[in-house]
Amino acid sequence: MKKSKVFWGYAIIALVLYAVVQTLISFGMVNTHYQNMLITMCINVMLAVSLHLVIGVTGQFSIGHAGFLAVGAYISAICTMKLGMPFSMAILAGAVVAMLAGLLVGIPSLRLRGDYLAIATLGFAEIIRIVFLNIDYVGGAAGMQVTHQSTWTYAFVGTAITILIISNFTNSRHGRACIAIREDEIAADAMGINTTYYKVAAFAVGSFFAGVAGAIYAHNFYIIQPTAFGFLKSFDILILVVLGGLGSLSGAVLAAIFLTFVSTYLQAFPETRMIIYSLVLILVMLYRPTGLLGTKEITDLFKFRKKGGTKV
Amino acid sequence: MSTLLKVDSLGIQFGGLKAVQNVNMYMENGELIGLIGPNGAGKTTTFNMLTGVYAPTEGTITFAGKQIQGLDPYKVTRGGISRTFQNIRLFKELSVLDNVKVANHSLANHNILSSIFRLPKHFSGEAKMEEESLAFLKIFGLDVYKDELSKNLPYGMQRRLEIARALAAGPKLLLLDEPAAGMNPQETKELMDLIAFIRKEFDLTILLIEHDMNLVMGICERIYVLDHGQLIAEGTPAEIRSNPKVIEAYLGEEVAD
Repeated sequence: MKKSKVFWGYAIIALVLYAVVQTLISFGMVNTHYQNMLITMCINVMLAVSLHLVIGVTGQFSIGHAGFLAVGAYISAICTMKLGMPFSMAILAGAVVAMLAGLLVGIPSLRLRGDYLAIATLGFAEIIRIVFLNIDYVGGAAGMQVTHQSTWTYAFVGTAITILIISNFTNSRHGRACIAIREDEIAADAMGINTTYYKVAAFAVGSFFAGVAGAIYAHNFYIIQPTAFGFLKSFDILILVVLGGLGSLSGAVLAAIFLTFVSTYLQAFPETRMIIYSLVLILVMLYRPTGLLGTKEITDLFKFRKKGGTKV
Repeated sequence: MSTLLKVDSLGIQFGGLKAVQNVNMYMENGELIGLIGPNGAGKTTTFNMLTGVYAPTEGTITFAGKQIQGLDPYKVTRGGISRTFQNIRLFKELSVLDNVKVANHSLANHNILSSIFRLPKHFSGEAKMEEESLAFLKIFGLDVYKDELSKNLPYGMQRRLEIARALAAGPKLLLLDEPAAGMNPQETKELMDLIAFIRKEFDLTILLIEHDMNLVMGICERIYVLDHGQLIAEGTPAEIRSNPKVIEAYLGEEVAD
């Protein structure tokens, strides 16, 4: 009973947030520059939260997330531009194909651990990028023209669904199984958990929402090019997750919002932009080495006050 | 009584090293058996083969009528063998209750879709897990700590939690790897009582590795002794105590004069 109240609480906050921004946009009080920032923010939140499921929850150090972003972007663009499908269907198609790509990459590479898994996922992401680079149908290196169809509504709904589903997954026996794998894979296996199944499942769900992000990304920038999905993009997403605190969903959300703000406002200082951005990262890591929120969630702050917790 | 576990000429080789060879064991339903031997004798390696962590290079393991050697660990656990670890392997960042729930995982059946979309099956499944896991914590006197992270528990409690977690997986055969390691005599005494209690309560068969001879001699019905990867003796505690080979393995050969 109490849990469903909490859920409706969040639903109302989300709805109000959406309505306020949407009203401001429709009255023309938010110029395109800031609209763009809001959509980018949503895309970054989706990417951060989906990678959080793979790295923060399941503990599988994947640094090829941009590959699935690329799959979602290209597939959805093909759907709208070449096949004339409606945007919402294209988002779904991009996400499903990204998930299939996730399964294809995940099944062989998730046998590896630690550094080896990181290298393998990085390699797979590069393969995906180079495949798109060499297909003339999608424009090759010159890129592909895409009409602007992403709106605040699509971006917000996509983000809300991403957060809802990934938090539902995490707060269930399936999510606990994933956390157990992160904590101690041998013990998880010995407790009857099919570790391969859950690693691949987390990877596939993560890829699905990277695909959603990719679809909204593709229809926001008029053009998509393979260079946008290189390993630097993967690292950008990784930074969001680490900065937010490994294992914290709300941390990933906060980090994505925070860093999107920082990089948007730094566009005014193009010469020093990357230096300041790096300094911000170094400062956060110095003073909050476990990330903004550590492994805690924002909601824990409220809970703690009520219960006080048991002392040992 | 019927035979629950039968191990036939079991062995494993790591490269050129024969860590364990030609081990024959059997366990009747409901028995409590000890596995002892000096350090490096191959006790934990044998455990690892029984639970699927290592695939034996020779021999067979028959559990409840089925051959299980070389199966994945999670399949062995679902088949009814569960274990604790010599060096505690709790899920440190999970709460005490969640540690037990993880082991209860394979007994629940709500699938990923029902959890993602929060279907009624998810809620009934999670409620049942919560209830069953709490019941295990109560038996072990850990229910007061249920929301505490398991890494914050005192050492003795962590050992108890490991046993509670192993039980929650619903085993017929429980393997305990040095459950009393690092405990003081008072804690060991309580642990012995607890093992006797859960054995009766859950109708368990138990195989126990232990260095504390008081504990082993006190509660085990039969004992197997391993040395240098081979079984050197088996029998009742009284027989083992007076077996010259066992004494030699622990204390060394008598000097001929």
